[in-house]
Amino acid sequence: MTKPLLEVSDIHVSYGRAEVLHGISLEMQPGSIVTVIGANGAGKSTLLNAIMGIVPSKGTILYDGAPVPRSVEERVAAGLCLVPEKRELFSTMSVEDNIELGGFLRNAADRDRTRADVYERFPRLKERRKQLAGTLSGGERQMLALARALMARPRLLLLDEPSLGLAPKIVIDILNIVSELRKTGVSILLVEQNARAALEIADHGYLVELGEVKLSGAASDLASNPALMESYLGTHA
Amino acid sequence: MNSTRLRNIMPLAAFAVVLAILPQLPIPTFWITLMNNIGLASLVAIGLVLLTGVGGLTSFGQATFCGFGAYLTAVLTTNYGFSPWLTLPLSILVGAGVALPLGLITVRLSGHFLPLGTIAWGLAFYYLFGKIEFLGRYDGITAVPPLEIAGYQFFSSSSIFYVIWAFVILTVICAQNLLSSRVGRGIRALRGGGQAAESFGVNIVRAKLIVFVFAAAAAALSGWLYAHMQRSVNPTPFGLNMGIEYLLMAVVGGSGHVWGAIFGSAIVLILKEILQRVMPSLIGSGANVEMIVFGILLVAILQMARNGIWPFVLRFLPAKPPQEIPPTDGNLPKRTLACAGSPLIKVEKARKAFGGLVAVNDVSFEVPAGRIVGLIGPNGAGKSTTFNLITGIASLTSGSVYYQGEPLTGDSPRQIARHGIARTFQHAKILPEMTVLENVALGAHLRGSAGVFKSLLHAERVEEATLLAEAARQIERVGLGAYRDRLAGDLALGQIRIVEIARALAADPAVLLLDEPAAGLRHGEKQELSNLLKKLREEGVAVLLVEHDMGFVMGLVDHLVVLDFGTLIAEGKPADVRQHPAVVAAYLGTAA
Amino acid sequence: MDATIATFLIQDGVTNGAIYALLGLALVLVFAVTRIIFIPQGEFVTYGALSLAVLDGGRVPATTSMLVCFGIAALLFDLWGMRRSFSAPPLLRALGINILLPVAIYAVVTVLAPLQPAPILRAAMAVLIIAPMGYYIYRIAYRPLADATVLVLLIASLGVHLAMMGLGLIFFGPEGLRAEPLSSESFTLGPALVSYQSVGIYITTILIIIGLYFFFERTLIGKALRATAVNRLGARLVGVRTQLTGSTALIMAAAIGAVSGVLIAPITTIYYDTGFMIGLKGFVAAILGGLGNFPLTAVGAIAVGIVEAFASFWASDYKEIIVFSLIIPVLVWLSFSVGSHEEE
Repeated sequence: MTKPLLEVSDIHVSYGRAEVLHGISLEMQPGSIVTVIGANGAGKSTLLNAIMGIVPSKGTILYDGAPVPRSVEERVAAGLCLVPEKRELFSTMSVEDNIELGGFLRNAADRDRTRADVYERFPRLKERRKQLAGTLSGGERQMLALARALMARPRLLLLDEPSLGLAPKIVIDILNIVSELRKTGVSILLVEQNARAALEIADHGYLVELGEVKLSGAASDLASNPALMESYLGTHA
Repeated sequence: MNSTRLRNIMPLAAFAVVLAILPQLPIPTFWITLMNNIGLASLVAIGLVLLTGVGGLTSFGQATFCGFGAYLTAVLTTNYGFSPWLTLPLSILVGAGVALPLGLITVRLSGHFLPLGTIAWGLAFYYLFGKIEFLGRYDGITAVPPLEIAGYQFFSSSSIFYVIWAFVILTVICAQNLLSSRVGRGIRALRGGGQAAESFGVNIVRAKLIVFVFAAAAAALSGWLYAHMQRSVNPTPFGLNMGIEYLLMAVVGGSGHVWGAIFGSAIVLILKEILQRVMPSLIGSGANVEMIVFGILLVAILQMARNGIWPFVLRFLPAKPPQEIPPTDGNLPKRTLACAGSPLIKVEKARKAFGGLVAVNDVSFEVPAGRIVGLIGPNGAGKSTTFNLITGIASLTSGSVYYQGEPLTGDSPRQIARHGIARTFQHAKILPEMTVLENVALGAHLRGSAGVFKSLLHAERVEEATLLAEAARQIERVGLGAYRDRLAGDLALGQIRIVEIARALAADPAVLLLDEPAAGLRHGEKQELSNLLKKLREEGVAVLLVEHDMGFVMGLVDHLVVLDFGTLIAEGKPADVRQHPAVVAAYLGTAA
Repeated sequence: MDATIATFLIQDGVTNGAIYALLGLALVLVFAVTRIIFIPQGEFVTYGALSLAVLDGGRVPATTSMLVCFGIAALLFDLWGMRRSFSAPPLLRALGINILLPVAIYAVVTVLAPLQPAPILRAAMAVLIIAPMGYYIYRIAYRPLADATVLVLLIASLGVHLAMMGLGLIFFGPEGLRAEPLSSESFTLGPALVSYQSVGIYITTILIIIGLYFFFERTLIGKALRATAVNRLGARLVGVRTQLTGSTALIMAAAIGAVSGVLIAPITTIYYDTGFMIGLKGFVAAILGGLGNFPLTAVGAIAVGIVEAFASFWASDYKEIIVFSLIIPVLVWLSFSVGSHEEE
């Protein structure tokens, strides 16, 4: 087994005085897709935000064998990239500008090259490059968020609910793109509510419940585990 | 008078005694004059503490209100021979009267327009004072008569000292009275953004106006005293720089504490005295070094001790005893609830679009009295938006919401609260710096009626006691009795959610809307919450529940409504809904 | 009033309005990017104007020493920030920005000032001294408050204003100064007599506005500033540091302030507190534009200038009062156009 790309151990996150993550550990191999699933409110987004450095956390996060840098910006520079649940696009700026800003930390030549790749992957965005990001449809916004993240040439992509609020057909498109991305060597940590679809494209999965890892294992095993259904829909009372 | 009341009064009494003795001691007049100035500044700073620290607003223009008070009495006593005691209420009224329209214009805007406005009119009025012939232009008005009681004239520093500090103590008492009242709770809730307060019937605009007018009145009083102490007025002490200095005093002292205002005024004025006396001999020029020092001090305090210095002093003082609830035989009237099963809330084709995105898509359902209805669905399904449509926080794009057949469309959260619709929030909106008791008492806001003037004079104590008793009762009922006097911010997330439920119960609701009440609760606590809700159902309360803990919902609700993409995809008995294929797909997703 | 006076007043108003427009734009820019309501903007006007006036006399303005002092203070803040993790590259960077740069500017000005170079060079020197102050002020006063509310930042701004105005009083004294105009010639255009100095003001204002447009539309850093204004979290997620955008915005504000000071110094006598009043009129313009709209701010600024010019003709005693009262109808209008709820 190779050296893990990301090793999170015993991470705790509190909002004010209330702890919401109670010691989560996970690890992922380079080039893999790992999914974190669980019902609404389990703490999945918080976990991604902690890994990205948006919320302060206790515990250790090793990235590529070394402690992850301190600030969000340094983490972006080191190759971590988060596509947040709310996308956080620059809504009053053009698609083109959003994409360009994704490569803020890269040099101009590198940015031009990556932009060509990104437009090839998302021809829809190329068509709409003059349009304001705020005028895009839900699916296009998600694509733009992904495209913006790819402009940073990440090694580890953190995706928070990429299917949220999208119609089922578009969800399938987006998840197909995600599994395509892996072929370019990017590792992906995917947080999803759509557990069945997420487990289908992932190598490994973690089921999180109330701020703790309840179950983990190969994605195919998890998909058939009855605990999954229970976690989402509750037991008969 | 009980022991708590006594202990609350003790510090004030001790302070008064020290003050009474001071001028009798062989202290140089210079110090007495300084004390007088501190007293005058304290009056302004107390107003600012209420405005900035408590209400979350701010003003750089308080010196202007001092000017109104000072000029009014100067003109009336010199030109028209009014008695100063007659101009006292007039000065305060003019301060308040000028503040009212200025406040009406700005308090509805976001927080920074008020202070910006105060800078502009602070300057405008400063020039105005200096230009008007009638006010003596920049020379001002001289020969203002001194204060006089029964032939005794308050000429000397040590005699007017008593008048000034008597007014300071009076203002402290009024400010404390106001803060510890029903109206004051509404004002203190402003800092939390006001949304929760508004959902329990607090009129936010009015609460903001009250503090602004109170602060202006206190400043005008200070100006009135100044005119009769100095016995002359000119525009200089009413300029913008003084306005900034007053704010510095409030910030240094700690802008959340009434006593901090006096403390801050003392620090700033003593420092100013030192700078004006010592610095010129050090750097050889009489330039205004205090401007630089005050500027740096203001930034440094914000960087290092945003709550001011008073909290550090408080650590050395004995802790304040917990608020005691005075015994009361008064009981609050209870609402008569509709008979079980009759429809209370009816949502009809409710629709909410944000731009092109439809968050709630023509959803219809009913919430009958004495029933618990669950509203479920995956993340982003539109549950919280539906909640906000019912409580008036968001406005309907189309469709309607009825309460007992009456349309609620277009009503503000405050008006909706009056019907007895009480709610909790998904992201708990409690006021962390207030005790659990005070937080819950906010819920009973609409069950009291005492206004500002009664509160200032503490003439609403009977009503206040019944409100607090009701709040305490609801806290016991939800099982948080042991935490009653703790700061709400010290509680765990799950307990905070329960505090919100107690607050909603204190409103004596006919309909209870709970947004994810079980999140963060441990198993046993969920069981207790479930029992409480069942009990409310028996009493005839209607409950609408947004929840993602399906185990909790299944065993509790009578009826389930499932949303996905803002659309109602299923409703019915919990057991049936759980098997519904669309529901399973919505939750677990379909295979790609 | 006849047509000659009216054209004269309008011309006067437009000239001042152009300055207010520059300041108003800078204020909107700083507020959008950093949420700071930048009251001390006016002090940069004073500093720029007074530095130019002193340079005209062949002397070295006190602002150069102030710049060095600001640099030292900023260095102390940087060192305090590094106390836990100490390494050479950031230390060298801090030394370069906080010590080397101000000392170099100090040296250049000290050498050049007695030589009395051409007016345009003197103006450039004045701007060169003042612009870096924006960076140091950000580092010292605002960066430690990055997480604070708009209200706290506003109170801090008043503190910075007070301190900077006090420094201006100490270093330049209570006496007013006036700089030499770049040109004292004028020409007639129809009924109006136009001075080259005011033409210079119009051209500079227009050039700066065009420059700002290109900066925000065409450069990556300009887009990063806009992105920060639109979505702060989004900007951080693509690697844009808050400190970078914050200090850039303040350097731009200081430079624009200094340019305004340099432009206005030959036509008005500048006292230590004049800049503050000029800056506040820029604020009135920015508020007319709702604190967020660039074109409206520019139009508002011209309106403020014209109202001021006519007010000083008809009721010169009440000039300031009329100008500052302009914001009241705007606040009334803003107040009634916001919904009472749904604000959040």
